[in-house]
Amino acid sequence: MVKGKIIPFTGDQIAAYAMKQVEPDVVAAYPITPQTEIVMNFSQYVADGKVSTELIAVESEHSAMSACVGAAAAGARTMTATSANGLALMWEIVYIAASTRLPIVMPVVNRALSAPINIHCDHSDTMGARDSGWLQIYCENAQEVYDNIIMAVRIAEHPEIQLPVMVCQDGFITSHAVEGIEVFDDKLVKNFIGEYKPRFSLLDVEKPVTVGPLDLQDFYFEHKRQQSEAIAKAKKYIPEVMREFNTSFGRKYDFIEGYKLDDADLVICALSSTAGTARGVVDNLREEGLKAGLLKPRLFRPFPREAIVRGLSKAKAVAVLDRSESFSGEGGPLFSEIKSALYEEKNRPLIIDRIYGLGGRDIFESDIEEIYRELSRIAESGKIKEKIGFVGVRD
Amino acid sequence: MANLKELSKNIPERLCGGHRLCAGCGASIVVRQVLMGTKAPVITASATGCLEVATTIYPYTAWEVPFIHNAFENVAATISGVETAYRALKKKGKIKKDIKFVAFGGDGGTYDIGLQSLSGALERGHNFVYVCYDNEAYMNTGIQRSGATPKGASTTTAPSGKESYGKHQRRKDLTSIVAAHRIPYVAQCSISHWNDLVTKSEKAFAADGPAFLNVISMCHRGWRFPQEQTVEIAKLAVETCFWPLYEITDGRLKITYKPKNKLPVSEWLKRQGRFKHLKKEEYLSVAKEIQKDLDEDWENLLKRESLG
Repeated sequence: MVKGKIIPFTGDQIAAYAMKQVEPDVVAAYPITPQTEIVMNFSQYVADGKVSTELIAVESEHSAMSACVGAAAAGARTMTATSANGLALMWEIVYIAASTRLPIVMPVVNRALSAPINIHCDHSDTMGARDSGWLQIYCENAQEVYDNIIMAVRIAEHPEIQLPVMVCQDGFITSHAVEGIEVFDDKLVKNFIGEYKPRFSLLDVEKPVTVGPLDLQDFYFEHKRQQSEAIAKAKKYIPEVMREFNTSFGRKYDFIEGYKLDDADLVICALSSTAGTARGVVDNLREEGLKAGLLKPRLFRPFPREAIVRGLSKAKAVAVLDRSESFSGEGGPLFSEIKSALYEEKNRPLIIDRIYGLGGRDIFESDIEEIYRELSRIAESGKIKEKIGFVGVRD
Repeated sequence: MANLKELSKNIPERLCGGHRLCAGCGASIVVRQVLMGTKAPVITASATGCLEVATTIYPYTAWEVPFIHNAFENVAATISGVETAYRALKKKGKIKKDIKFVAFGGDGGTYDIGLQSLSGALERGHNFVYVCYDNEAYMNTGIQRSGATPKGASTTTAPSGKESYGKHQRRKDLTSIVAAHRIPYVAQCSISHWNDLVTKSEKAFAADGPAFLNVISMCHRGWRFPQEQTVEIAKLAVETCFWPLYEITDGRLKITYKPKNKLPVSEWLKRQGRFKHLKKEEYLSVAKEIQKDLDEDWENLLKRESLG
């Protein structure tokens, strides 16, 4: 295990710094708030000769992802970054990148989707892309942004996985807040990610390949099944990459992170920065004697069902915090999937969904505390008054 | 100048037979003539469209060279990614060869849905050749109007009928739009004038920066003419000045073929079922307007040439 140095960077700055250390062959990107600082900082690295990366300053996010598909198919290590409407504009090609099995890594700075237009954090952008075939890692803080981008390169390029990865951080909350971040020497990072050796490349003119052919009733389904199997394999091999990272850099990453979870009766599940806010609340409530705990899924795709089920096996009441609304009428996406994961369990906890923070609405410790108190009432009475509710919103 | 014998001997076949384009389709002829413009290894890309669907039905491919299809509107952005990857890997010594890049798109993928992607790639100055095989409508989905469909043509989304003579608007002048990007080489070509086309293709591949070829491409299904007349119809497009052959090299326009006896556009219209309603009494004035527009366009082109 090595020790790094601590630098004060924002989430965006550290994403660009991680990209600098990865030094992809090609970056194609377009600016959008709150991701802009990633592109700006990376462009400066290029302008200052700090990276050998070829940067394509495209005219739209649609072209950003399109160029990434071209570059990755040509065997280049390829990255981009986006937010919200930018991700929505790339949508069509986001699916094509995954279906073509191109290991593109994309930091996404989570921001609310329009309309109404809003530049602040929620998870509606990446949650909308949850069925696109990309892997998704959610970061609690800037340190995780750094670590996850480095791991994402290895995960995406793993010969058994070969899928693109989104590394998500909360817009403004993480992307624009300065934190002390432990970073490692370029050499150590480069050693960890290794050299990219694509199986196929368009640039191999001796062995011509046709990429993106028409695939009809007789083969499309087999290819989709292979994609599904790749997700299953991702679940198998991601822990290998995380273990290696943990050993090399002194971390404890897994599919989920529990905080005082082992003996918790009352558990909140939350992604990204809100998990950090909840941690403090757990501490306060524990002092009171309330058995509160926290479960933070680090990945949403593949969905870490086993780890979540294990983590909730002793819980009596669970609240899922969703920073997006899926408009199914049955709660947000995290809630739906966690609830579904618990279906086969004999001792299922009572479970509620609390949608919060849309469009960057702050969530306070007092809000989270109130949710724990509600869980306590649910655990005692065995009754749920409100299955799906909103937190921090005016009536 | 290209020489037929040399072309048939010295240039490898890049698009093999057995693909599933219609007999008499102009697109494969466009591709084969364009690819005669370079002996260097070439990487190809195509927008979604007839060419792509008919040449790459999995598990088969008609492409003897590397080929990528991404989506409908983004072939220019896609090839810019491929070309950039090439520069990145060449710089690192991972690629040694000199490689050329070419993107094909129909008029739908070029004039309309792919115009932004094309414009971006041209402005960024990637080293590639973009070829529009312009068959003047969305043929792959069944003959719908596009920005390239000429006035008076009947298509399935702008059909002729009791109250309409088909498309009411004139086609976009895409070649001029592309030229406005100040790229090194832009040309209009036709497969009927193969020598002109291959020569222009050679110039396009040799250009230092983006080059664009707009090639009229017959679709007998959409234009309604017997399939064996493809090249004849292409020739008529040139002889009537419906599709003038010219090039713009570093901003200087040169008409590369001037018909000795410019034929009236009626010679072009009457050979195609898509214009047959223009013979009706009530639409005769439309045919006259088409002639007037073409005459003006030709005069303008001559003027632009004279400006040097």
